[in-house]
Amino acid sequence: MNAFVRASEALAQKAAETAAAAGETALSRRFMLRAMGGVGVGLILGAAMPGLVGEAHAAGKAGGEAPAFNPFVRLSPDGTVTVIIKHLDLGQGTTTGLATLVAEEMDADWSKVRTEFAPADAKLYGNAAFGGAQGTGGSTSMAASFDVYRQAGATARAMLLAAAAKAMNVPADAITVTSGMLIAGPKTASFGELAAAAAQEPVPQNVPLKKPANYALIGKEGVHRVDNVAKTTGAPIYTQDVKLPDMLVAVVAHPPRFGATVRSHDATAARAVKGVADVVVVPQGVAVLARTTFAAMKGRDALKVEWDESKAEKRGTAALLAEYREHLGKPGSVAETEGDVAQAFSQPGVKVVEADFEFPYLAHASMEPMNAVAQITGDRVTVWTASQFPSADVPAAAAVAGTTPDKVVINALWAGGSFGRRAVPNSDFVAEAVAIAKAHGKGVPVKLVWTREDDMKAGYYRPMYLHRVKAAVDATGKPVAWHHRIVGQSILSGTFFEKMMVVDNIDATSVEGAAGLGYAVPNRRVELTSPKVGVPVLWWRSVGHTHTAYAVEVMIDQLAKAAGKDPVAFRMDLITDPRLKAVLALVAEKARWGTSLEKGKFRGVAAHKSFNTYVAEVAEITLLDKGYRVDRVIAAVDCGIVVNPDVIRAQVEGGVGFGLGHAMQDAITLTDGVVDQANFDTYEPLRMSQMPKVEVHIMPSDAKPTGIGEPGVPPIAPAVANALFAATGKPVLRLPFTLNAVGAS
Amino acid sequence: MPITLTINGQPRVIDADPDMPLLWALRDELDLTGTKFGCGQALCGACTVHMDGAAIRSCQTTIGDVGTAKITTIEGVTGKTAEAVQAAWRALDVVQCGYCQSGQIMSAVALLSDNKKPSDSDIDAAMDGNVCRCATYQRVRAAIHDAARRLEA
Repeated sequence: MNAFVRASEALAQKAAETAAAAGETALSRRFMLRAMGGVGVGLILGAAMPGLVGEAHAAGKAGGEAPAFNPFVRLSPDGTVTVIIKHLDLGQGTTTGLATLVAEEMDADWSKVRTEFAPADAKLYGNAAFGGAQGTGGSTSMAASFDVYRQAGATARAMLLAAAAKAMNVPADAITVTSGMLIAGPKTASFGELAAAAAQEPVPQNVPLKKPANYALIGKEGVHRVDNVAKTTGAPIYTQDVKLPDMLVAVVAHPPRFGATVRSHDATAARAVKGVADVVVVPQGVAVLARTTFAAMKGRDALKVEWDESKAEKRGTAALLAEYREHLGKPGSVAETEGDVAQAFSQPGVKVVEADFEFPYLAHASMEPMNAVAQITGDRVTVWTASQFPSADVPAAAAVAGTTPDKVVINALWAGGSFGRRAVPNSDFVAEAVAIAKAHGKGVPVKLVWTREDDMKAGYYRPMYLHRVKAAVDATGKPVAWHHRIVGQSILSGTFFEKMMVVDNIDATSVEGAAGLGYAVPNRRVELTSPKVGVPVLWWRSVGHTHTAYAVEVMIDQLAKAAGKDPVAFRMDLITDPRLKAVLALVAEKARWGTSLEKGKFRGVAAHKSFNTYVAEVAEITLLDKGYRVDRVIAAVDCGIVVNPDVIRAQVEGGVGFGLGHAMQDAITLTDGVVDQANFDTYEPLRMSQMPKVEVHIMPSDAKPTGIGEPGVPPIAPAVANALFAATGKPVLRLPFTLNAVGAS
Repeated sequence: MPITLTINGQPRVIDADPDMPLLWALRDELDLTGTKFGCGQALCGACTVHMDGAAIRSCQTTIGDVGTAKITTIEGVTGKTAEAVQAAWRALDVVQCGYCQSGQIMSAVALLSDNKKPSDSDIDAAMDGNVCRCATYQRVRAAIHDAARRLEA
């Protein structure tokens, strides 16, 4: 179980406490479901919980004209199958994947399948991997939904069959179902024709699922994304696009330093800007509300604000690095220990390799800056946003508005990216939108818009980390000791996850990927120090693996060199998990590892398991007079059963590009507590001309499907770094490795 | 003072100051929300529209500067090139989060309107201003080549 998942279980616990405080009796029902078996989430369906279908209707968005077969499937008289998606689609293709599962088991016509995001309702749409909290993250959506959605589709199909048997007056087993049609000899009926009758059928239990050999959609090529037409027309509505009657747009002056508050402000000039409707002070800063976004921005420009910085974080990157380096010299809390590293290092004949690694703060910088629309009418709160953690956003909105969670409705929308940023334990931007709506107090919808600069400077970064790794190989080239020390802020400290998730000073998200090393080393010790810093931090696509995989994989190449072994062969001897070994073997074969390359070109490899998915990548680079170019990346991935091969390829291609851009050129730095970067000129995203060719090879598997949104990211930076190591003989220990920092000259 | 612009072939009257960026006029005044706000500084290309057929960043073009030029947005882009681009995008499942894709498509249509058979370096030059944080670049490139083949056929 990964740290993100465990964090989310803590969130479920918190949601349970909140709801219990609000007197929600339904909670016992969720715990009953859990008690009935964590994996048997299919029990949420139908007859076992007859009330739930009705509740789906009552939930509003999930109801409508079309009969609901269960919380996940509706069927319209025109034959449209609507699949209710309990996870946010941040681009990772979850809507397509989950809809595929339903369509497969229903034998639906894929061209008639539509999707709709679920309302905030953890009873119906909780994530089994998060202990029942509703949310998306940790690459869990497919893993946690594979059984649920297939069962939902199979149940709906069984009900259609039962209705067809009556309508056609034939036994159900005389009917075949194909592409949305039920056929018995000359008699045929479409899904749409039987929709109403089928919904009246009793909900069967434990409907058998298809054998993989009979799959028509799962694992097949040519099943296109459900959003691939709409997203080429500009039609999908993101939070940024929401427009409601009487809506005002709010732009907020935030303090320049984390932890500062408003001391005083002068809104005279701001209020004089044409279109400005109000200026309000909220805990997050001073908000200007206007009829248009442009007027709100102009109003903010005209604001005068004095900040109280007495409690603000005033340390810059240089000061923090100096403090972190001091911590690096001292023992930390022990995250993992095996054998005796000190004794192993002192053995005669061992070769010791030591390296200090430096990882900067990183911003998520999704294309859509953070935003939310909030409306408070009486004791009710309505929020429109791409809500990645409804089970956090609901209680947060309720707390700010001074109401109870049952009075909060969240309308989930497409997300213009997230990379973790929209899943925030304290729901920062949702809380800000609700606070502004409350302060304005007129009951109109308020759309909070962050500019790119607001988004870049708002914090919740991937923490800055330092690592010190000392490792040794014996005279035969076998690793004998691995001492790994990590210094960096805890993501979970100070959040409601802390109580459950930070055990003996170890935040699991800080050490995942380093603790539980995938290589056989008899003596190991992993230590962690988590300094308190006022810069807000958060998970970022692949969380702890963003830095631990780098340190481990770059270190492994240095050990291979010390042992006089080839990096792939060295790894093959040491990897303990056969599935990781298999993807490494596959990528080595596909990359023709060991064959010669043109002059000036070099290869590097990395392999890492994250979120129960195994990925190995080989990077081919060209060393230039100044800097380098990444030409080609070959990836091999094992994520269990393949639901949609093209979505898997797309996620690995994108993960490689995302990881590469940050490795090459991105860092968030601070000067005296003020963030230095503001926009895409100072935080340069990877661009078209920098994108390597990426080839993705998928390992066939009959293991349960795991995640694919994140696991493509961790191996790319170390694979490129190892190619640079092969080229220059110097390990790359500091990120980002900017174009000019390395090279032939 | 109201300003009249030609948007997607129609005269549209906007009651706003001439310094309002075209981006916000499209989005907030005309409800054409397919054109996206990404950076506000012409650094990301999410706001790309056509002005007399050329790709421009609407966040750095004020409505006072547009004059009589014809503006085309993702909602109004039509013709063989646009159809080929959109068909290629769908065939190759380019999109992920989708937020940048209106801008990518508008830049790609402008490129192919000027250059029927762009090379990889032509694509780099024309598309480097369009950021995709999901890094769909490989498929954007492949889709532009595919659209060029469709137009040739």
